[in-house]
Amino acid sequence: MDMNQYLDVFVEESKEHLQSLNTSLLELEKDPNNITVLNEIFRVAHTLKGMAGTMGFSHMTNLTHDMENVLDALRSKRIKADMAVVDILFKCLDALEGYVNEVISTGGEGEQEYKEIIKSLTDILDKSPNTKTQIKKKKAKKKTEDNSIAQNDKELRLNLNIYDKNVILKAIEESMNVFQIHVELDKKCLLKAARAFLIFQTLDKYSEIMKSMPSVEDIEDERFDNSFTVMVITKHDASLFEKELNSVAEVRNVEVVSITEKHTENIIQDEDDEEYLKEEKPDTAASDSTAQVQRTGTTKRLTNKTVRVDIDRLDVLMNLVSELIIIKTRLDDVGTGEKTNDYITALENLERITTSLHDAVMKVRMVPVENVFNRFPRMVRDISKELEKDIVLYMSGEETELDRTVIDEIGEPLIHIIRNSADHGLEKPEERAAKGKSKTGSIWLRAYQDGNNVVIEVEDDGMGIDVEKVRKKIIERGFEEEEAAANMTANEVIGYLFEPNFSTADTVTDLSGRGVGLDVVKTKIEALGGTIELETEFGKGSKTIIRLPLTLAIIQALLVMVGSEKYAIPLSSIREINNIYPDDIKNVRNQEVILLRDMVIPIIRLHDILGVPPEKADQKQLTCVVVKKGDKLSGFIVDSLIGQQEIVIKSLGKLLAGIRCVAGATILGDGNVALIIDVNSIA
Amino acid sequence: MEAEKKQFVVFCLDTEEYGADINKVTIIERSMNITRVPMTPPYIKGVINLRGEIIPVMSLRLKLGLNEIDEDDDTRIIIFNVDNVTFGVIVDSVSEVMQFEDIQIEGVGNIISDKALDYISGVAKAKEKLVTIINLEKLIAELMPA
Repeated sequence: MDMNQYLDVFVEESKEHLQSLNTSLLELEKDPNNITVLNEIFRVAHTLKGMAGTMGFSHMTNLTHDMENVLDALRSKRIKADMAVVDILFKCLDALEGYVNEVISTGGEGEQEYKEIIKSLTDILDKSPNTKTQIKKKKAKKKTEDNSIAQNDKELRLNLNIYDKNVILKAIEESMNVFQIHVELDKKCLLKAARAFLIFQTLDKYSEIMKSMPSVEDIEDERFDNSFTVMVITKHDASLFEKELNSVAEVRNVEVVSITEKHTENIIQDEDDEEYLKEEKPDTAASDSTAQVQRTGTTKRLTNKTVRVDIDRLDVLMNLVSELIIIKTRLDDVGTGEKTNDYITALENLERITTSLHDAVMKVRMVPVENVFNRFPRMVRDISKELEKDIVLYMSGEETELDRTVIDEIGEPLIHIIRNSADHGLEKPEERAAKGKSKTGSIWLRAYQDGNNVVIEVEDDGMGIDVEKVRKKIIERGFEEEEAAANMTANEVIGYLFEPNFSTADTVTDLSGRGVGLDVVKTKIEALGGTIELETEFGKGSKTIIRLPLTLAIIQALLVMVGSEKYAIPLSSIREINNIYPDDIKNVRNQEVILLRDMVIPIIRLHDILGVPPEKADQKQLTCVVVKKGDKLSGFIVDSLIGQQEIVIKSLGKLLAGIRCVAGATILGDGNVALIIDVNSIA
Repeated sequence: MEAEKKQFVVFCLDTEEYGADINKVTIIERSMNITRVPMTPPYIKGVINLRGEIIPVMSLRLKLGLNEIDEDDDTRIIIFNVDNVTFGVIVDSVSEVMQFEDIQIEGVGNIISDKALDYISGVAKAKEKLVTIINLEKLIAELMPA
């Protein structure tokens, strides 16, 4: 049958489960005896197995099945969660990720069977001293008991406890019937929970449901295979249930067994039996021991009602909001002649609404940076093993939200920076000890919101950057003359690390130092409208600071006139606006500068950069827009200011994509196009 | 076998008539406000706002090495879509849509200036006039990212 429509759901959910598996495994590594974490891992593996089974991905099912066996052994303490075991579990995770990626790209799970991993999994079990024999013994035991019960009556599927026993006895006393009803759903049944709900409804009509296995919560959440068993008390007889339940669609088999006093007789002695059931049938036992975890899971799901929306649809919505804002701006301009009060009020209301609407749509597109951050603990773990360095990663501010498009792009640069920190930044343990540092190196990954920006910092307490070494490299590579390089400030020198083909690593490792490095990171961040800076203290560590805009599509901008042309400068990069006199402008080494509160600021005449003839040749006063790019300030000379406006950023298209100094275009209220100045490339 | 007939939009530049494959024409617009874009080749006149979309526009006169003229009532911007790239081309006027059979399109002779030669795929003869067929892909090739 056609499963394609469920593929998306499968992929999305698998990703979530794999992520939580990742987190749990990392926790398990730190605390191998944590039973809650183990249970969580088991639950996830089990869910994945179920999902893979439903989709008919047999390799994936096999792998998760073997994983489950090992996890079960871990849970029952037959084996210990030592390094080797955790490593293999991580390998399983990678393999599962491989399957999911295969599903994403081809729609099928692929041919890879990961036999080695499966073998190591079974090896672990074989090594554990008593597993096999124990299981065999228990199986034998079960068989004999099966026989004995079968002789008595039909075997009961439910595990009855003393409380159940009392209820049963009481019901029988009142000459009610007690049935165990086992319902098996059709294997092709897709909405199992809904089917089960219908069955429960039918049962409710004629009887009182006393017990259900798996629990009702699990059934509601579809955490059951194709069958479930309930115990009901009723006045009606068995044939009615058989008839009613068989009339529900997609039910394959209904088995009604009458529970009699005989069944309740061996309840107390069964305690031992119950225990072995736990071990033999992890599927059902899981619901017992992990009940805590699952319950919280259930309540959480109830409070967070969510809808999955295709990102494309959000983009459409965003575009419509953009159009609306353009029209609003246009309305603003239209009635310039005679604006009645009513018109103004209405316009103000419209403005409020469009702004709220924009905010709301923006929020929908916001995703916590956690989605990017959560892959780093695992990455750092792997790097630390590979490099034989002890590294601890501290993360904070994972809840900070960013636009979805930014989130999708920011992962690669961050990986690069963190790898740099781990590889070049942090020293080997012995080195650290010799320097009087703690043997364990630390990397801090922080995110926080700062005004209209989100700041992401990566800091390490490693060796930092040797500015003099970089200075030498600058000269060696011919980026600057010796004299000029000698005069550069430390910050300027460090800036060269972001130049293409500038790697300072003495040795090229597998991780980084291949020459393609920070320049790629910088290009990517700037393409997102962000900035990147590097602070370092030799011997103590370095810190990379990335600033990203909250939103991409709609920004506040200052409209200015340059000659007869209108340009927009993003408000977020404007520091202040000053009126200056031509005499204020000094020449320093062929660069025009002004002195602003004891700071020397380079002047950039936008006319020259943009190739516009200046409107008035000789002006008494100049308007200087001071912009910041990272730490640096520059002054843009413009002819006049028009005002602040909310603008919608539009791309110039493929043909004009490569133009420096223009970040895009926007449509003004009058329908004309104004270009947006790319402060980063000019300043 | 009957020869395949193709339709071309015929437009004028200076004294000559040119044709472009009609399948690649999105729309023909009257001249409108063009915003200059700095740091582009001179023949790129800038960008226009076409119903909310920003579209680059080039002057075909400059591209083919002719002199620029002031725009008038006949001036048109033909919006093309070639390989998913949308761009506009300013022409003196648009005259008609003509059908040429493939065989009528002849190789380029020595009638056209050297500069224009690069952007031309052939010359078609019809009703005793000559129509130069523009190669649209080549027109934007220089600007396409590698």
